[in-house]
Amino acid sequence: MIEQLSWKVGGQQGEGIDSTGEIFAIALNRLGYYLYGYRHFSSRIKGGHTNNKIRVSTKEVRAVSDDLDMLIAFDQETIDVNAHELHSGGIIIADAKFNPVKPNHCQATLVIIPFTEIATELGTSLMKNMVAIGATSAALGIDTATYQAVVDEIFGRKGEKVVNNNMEAIQRGADAYIASVGESVQTLSLKKADGKNRLFMIGNDAIALGALAGGARLMAAYPITPASEIMEYLIKKLPEFGGTVVQTEDEIAAATMAIGSNYAGVRTLTASAGPGLSLMMEAIGLSGITETPLVIVDTQRGGPSTGLPTKQEQSDLLAMIYGTHGEIPKIVIAPSTVEEAFYDAIEAFNLAEEYQCPVILLSDLQLSLGKQSVEPLDYDKIQIRRGKLNEEEIAEREDKSYYKRFELTDDGVSNRVIPGTKNGIFHVTGVEHDETGKPSEVPQNRKDQMEKRLRKIHNISFQNPIYKAAPHPEPDLLLIGFNSTRGSIEEVMPRLEADGLKVNHAQIRLVHPFPADELKPMLQAAKKVIVIEHNATGQLASLVKMNVGYGEKIESILKYDGNPFLPGDIHQQCKEMFANGHI
Amino acid sequence: MATFKDFRNQVKPNWCPGCGDFSVQAAIQRAAANVGLEPDDLAVISGIGCSGRISGYINAYGFHGIHGRSLPIAQGVKMANRDLTVIASGGDGDGFAIGMGHTIHAMRRNIDVTYIVMDNQIYGLTKGQTSPTSAEGFKTKSTPSGSIESSLSIMELALSSGCGFVAQSFSTDLKDLVAIIEQGIQHKGFSLINVFSPCVTFNKVNTYDWFKQNLVSLKDIEDYDPHNRMMAMQTLMEHNGLVKGLIYQNPNRPSYQESVRGYSSSALSKQDLTLPEEKFSELMAEFM
Repeated sequence: MIEQLSWKVGGQQGEGIDSTGEIFAIALNRLGYYLYGYRHFSSRIKGGHTNNKIRVSTKEVRAVSDDLDMLIAFDQETIDVNAHELHSGGIIIADAKFNPVKPNHCQATLVIIPFTEIATELGTSLMKNMVAIGATSAALGIDTATYQAVVDEIFGRKGEKVVNNNMEAIQRGADAYIASVGESVQTLSLKKADGKNRLFMIGNDAIALGALAGGARLMAAYPITPASEIMEYLIKKLPEFGGTVVQTEDEIAAATMAIGSNYAGVRTLTASAGPGLSLMMEAIGLSGITETPLVIVDTQRGGPSTGLPTKQEQSDLLAMIYGTHGEIPKIVIAPSTVEEAFYDAIEAFNLAEEYQCPVILLSDLQLSLGKQSVEPLDYDKIQIRRGKLNEEEIAEREDKSYYKRFELTDDGVSNRVIPGTKNGIFHVTGVEHDETGKPSEVPQNRKDQMEKRLRKIHNISFQNPIYKAAPHPEPDLLLIGFNSTRGSIEEVMPRLEADGLKVNHAQIRLVHPFPADELKPMLQAAKKVIVIEHNATGQLASLVKMNVGYGEKIESILKYDGNPFLPGDIHQQCKEMFANGHI
Repeated sequence: MATFKDFRNQVKPNWCPGCGDFSVQAAIQRAAANVGLEPDDLAVISGIGCSGRISGYINAYGFHGIHGRSLPIAQGVKMANRDLTVIASGGDGDGFAIGMGHTIHAMRRNIDVTYIVMDNQIYGLTKGQTSPTSAEGFKTKSTPSGSIESSLSIMELALSSGCGFVAQSFSTDLKDLVAIIEQGIQHKGFSLINVFSPCVTFNKVNTYDWFKQNLVSLKDIEDYDPHNRMMAMQTLMEHNGLVKGLIYQNPNRPSYQESVRGYSSSALSKQDLTLPEEKFSELMAEFM
């Protein structure tokens, strides 16, 4: 019995590879297994190798596994590209149609099943995916009836016949597998799961659901990988709440439209990736100087320019913190799990209104698109806090002067009035302005207004700015990361401990303003620090050095080839650092 | 009920004496009062440039944004609160150069915003460079040998972009301008009003006199029918775009907000943001 399975299905893009993985995963999620899926895809719709790697476990997992137990291949390329991941006890189940050949070095077992032929016999070759799922199930010892509910949901509207055909395809796949290898070869039999109900979602689903729960009623956005799922979810759901998504002509319009509707009192977001964020930079400055709340999601992907549009990277970090000309208050949050993405999305709207500034919810491709099992989200944790949003009547001023929307206050935050409020008229401008919003170049006013804006975020209230797993008071090693690297770092820790090292972990969740005071003692206590991130220049390491210091202790492990860290990558590099005396 | 004086504030415009924009400001104030608005009901969203300062000169909720982006901001405001009357405003550089993408798509999208452009065929605030509406051969600091790019036919472009209200006016014709702005505000959907507003400092060609001599009033064209798009296009071409009056209106095209599925019939900004627990459980179940 195994407690964990690493499974991958591959073929040409457009062949239904995703849905094969999806049906398999949903069914297993319902059995109570923890799932973690990562898709390898290209920036094209038809053709090109694609695969969906899914990890099934009886324990929570949040990283792509180092190796592979089972590979389902719809073409030879899938075998050629992925066979090296298989361990010697692994299995390749391949479609007979392409006369699969196992590479010389590969010690895994090759099982050939006529996926396409069986599917065609049942009516359509499209069902070859279902045949493959059946074969997989036989190899894992999973009852084919497990899929009935999922198949009903997906194909139910197409009629009973289609449902039955698909179920039969699954059964035939299972039968064919058993006929081919015999009942005895169930070496990958999975241990039973806990049967608990969990959500199965990508980070973008969690962000979109969080936005809805957090009171967002409008979104303005331009489609882009890997952010589009957020707008696609919200365009389905917002109309139930009176709102909508406006698909704009570009990201400049998206960000400025969101500023317009936030100014007018509606929680509004936009979401994009690096190229879109580059276009939004001027608008972010406008939000900053006009103290208009704004929530922007940045799902990082490979940059610069069009870069690696469908690949993992974390190279927007410094641009998100420092981007826009001039100086503004800004909050940048980097959730490290899907659950956090949900709660942080809600919090982004609260912070944007409480501090009246832009809030960037930073994600990365792996977090945004990696599909995984998530414990049910807690309704009681949903909070709506709107800060100093004026809800009282405003007395008429005899001199018809403007309302002091930008009044100098101790905490820097002024009362916010939304257009339409009686006696609340004030002016907003991206030009430096006085307390009523009238343009002013008076040096003292400039100084006062600049300091007022910047002090707003001096002491922001944010729960758990750092996720800490710090069992050791004096660790040999502190591992630091942000966003999706958390899963890999968590998995490498017990391996390093097994090597005899005491290891602590800090995942930075609030990247700006940087939680220096909270991180400092962790750095102080550690003999060495390794900052692990997906970029070529060590951006998070720079932030740590700049804000906390201890540069002499800090090393970097960087990955910028487009693929997510595997726990083994990190472990290997840590070991090399030991061998070289770096740590 | 508010009068045009209620739309005045205490700010003295920093426009040059004689600038056409003064009349546009006065026309907006009068039109707002004439259609029965209160200052609190009006939002004026402007771009950057001399004319962009207008949001600060009218007693209403004003938002002076970034260069070329008055329209997306204005559309966001209108989407958030459909009870507000939203006027977007700026110059020809703001709307037809840096902001042209937004102008075309705002016309296609048809959110109920009235867009008033003060067109002086030159960049004033940066002290005299060519604009998209400058005539070919126009000499400026950035085109010392004369502009070699063709002048934009903005009214024709509006017609071809599906704009449901296309009008052009001249800043000295205060009465007509006020009437056109009133119609624009009352039009359900996006309206574009291009106002020739001479720059007395940097444009020595397109002067008040030049417009008086060259502009043709549509009232003087026999049987002109502003509901006939083909006639509108032909008339614009015949007069090289130099016409004034209501060029085209399609009163039947529903606005974006009328067409959006599920869109709130009351101001979205007044909504309770709480998500009922039952609804939340339903949404979660979709992921199980």
